[in-house]
Amino acid sequence: MSQKEIELILMRQLASYLAMPVFLVDTDGTLIYYNDPAERLLGRRFDETGEMPVQEWSTAFTPVDEAGAPLPPDALPLVIALSEGRPAHRRFGIRGLDNAVRQIEVTAFPLLGQGDRHLGAVALFWEVGT
Amino acid sequence: MKAVFLGTRGSLASPGPETARYGGNTSCVAVQGVGGTVLVLDAGTGLRRLGALLSAPLPRVDLLLTHLHLDHIQGLGFFPALYDPEVEIHLWGPASATQCLRTRLTRYLSPPLFPVHLRDLPRPERLSFHDVVSSEEFSVGEFRVRTAFVCHPGPTVGYRIAADSASLAYLPDHEPALGVPNFPLAGDWTSGFALARGADLLVHDAQYTLEEYKDHVGWGHSAWEHAFAFAELVGAKQLVPFHHDPAHDDAFLDGLLARYSRERPGLPFSVTPATEGAVFEVG
Repeated sequence: MSQKEIELILMRQLASYLAMPVFLVDTDGTLIYYNDPAERLLGRRFDETGEMPVQEWSTAFTPVDEAGAPLPPDALPLVIALSEGRPAHRRFGIRGLDNAVRQIEVTAFPLLGQGDRHLGAVALFWEVGT
Repeated sequence: MKAVFLGTRGSLASPGPETARYGGNTSCVAVQGVGGTVLVLDAGTGLRRLGALLSAPLPRVDLLLTHLHLDHIQGLGFFPALYDPEVEIHLWGPASATQCLRTRLTRYLSPPLFPVHLRDLPRPERLSFHDVVSSEEFSVGEFRVRTAFVCHPGPTVGYRIAADSASLAYLPDHEPALGVPNFPLAGDWTSGFALARGADLLVHDAQYTLEEYKDHVGWGHSAWEHAFAFAELVGAKQLVPFHHDPAHDDAFLDGLLARYSRERPGLPFSVTPATEGAVFEVG
C-alpha cells in the first residue's frame, strides 16, 4: 500500500469538513477523493466507489455549455488545472443522473507541493441554479 | 544500531527535580551505527550532552532536523562541534517554498537571538546544508535515510533510518489524527505511514492525553492514544512515546504508562516511553 503525499492527505481532511463539493485528483487524473456534498453530483458515495479513473468519473455527469451542447473534457477547469498546471474557472451546466441540468461554477487549481512536486489538482463546485 | 536519547521533552526545556527521570531537555536522539557513523536527530537542548557520549571527537557529524521550531534547534548554538574547525558538519532539514535551510537557521544563529553569526564560525565552509523534500533517500555512512513530509505546522519531515535489517522511524512532532474523527484511516491516507511501516523502533509524538488533545487540535501533536493507533497501523515492533509535554512531570508520566498498561492490554508492540539517557538497541 503506497501512502498519499501529505498535501493530498491534508486536502482530503479539509474537504471532508467543507459544505461545498470538492473533488481531488492525482497526477494521472484519477479521482482519489470527493467529499459528501460532491456525492450528490456523482450520485454515488465515495465509500462505495473508492478511487475512480478519469474515464469513469468524467462520464458520471455530462457537462454542457450554455446552449446545452456537450463540453469536451479539455474545456473543463479540472482538466485544465491538471494538464496545463494553472488555475481555471468556468460556469457551465451538468446533466446529472436525474437528467436535470444544474448550472455550476467550478474553480480548479493544481496542487504544487514543497520542492515543486506536482501532486494533482482540486476542483470546487458551486451550484448557482437549475 | 543504537539510539541514545539525549532530550525527550517537547516545546520547552523543563528541567527540575520533578522531571529528572523522563528528562527536561528538548528533542535530541543520537543514532550510532556499528561502523561508527553517528546521526543526530534534531538539535534540541539535549544536543549539548552529545560530547559526553562520544569517546573521541568525530570527524563528521550529521544533524537531521525534522523542522525548525525552537525546541528542535536551540541546542545548535551550544554544540561544541560547531566551533571545532576540524569537524565536518552536515545539516539536513525540510525544504521550504520561500527560503533555504541555511537562511532560515541564520534567523536563530544571529543577534539578537544568538551572539554568534553563522558566518563567523571557524571555517564556515565545513558546514553543509541540505534542503530535503518528501520521499528523498540518501546515505550517511552505513545508514540509509528516508524522508517524508508529515502533518505538523510548517514544513516538517520525519526520518526513517535503516542499517542492515534494523530500522528506526522518528516522528517527534506529528499529528496524523488531525481532521480524522475515527483515527486512523487506511494507511495510504495516514501521514507518516510509509515512513514508519514495520519499523523496529518507532519514536513518536505523544505530547498529550486524549483529554488534553481536545484543546490542542491543530497544534501539530498527538495524544498517547493516537501514537498507539498509529503504531498498530504501521506494524511497529516497539513504540517510544516521545516529546513529553512540559507540564507532564515524572509522576504524571508514570501514571499515564500505568493507566495505558491497564486499559490497553495485549498491544501487538511494546511501549517504552522515552527517558533522558535511555539507550535502545535496534534490530
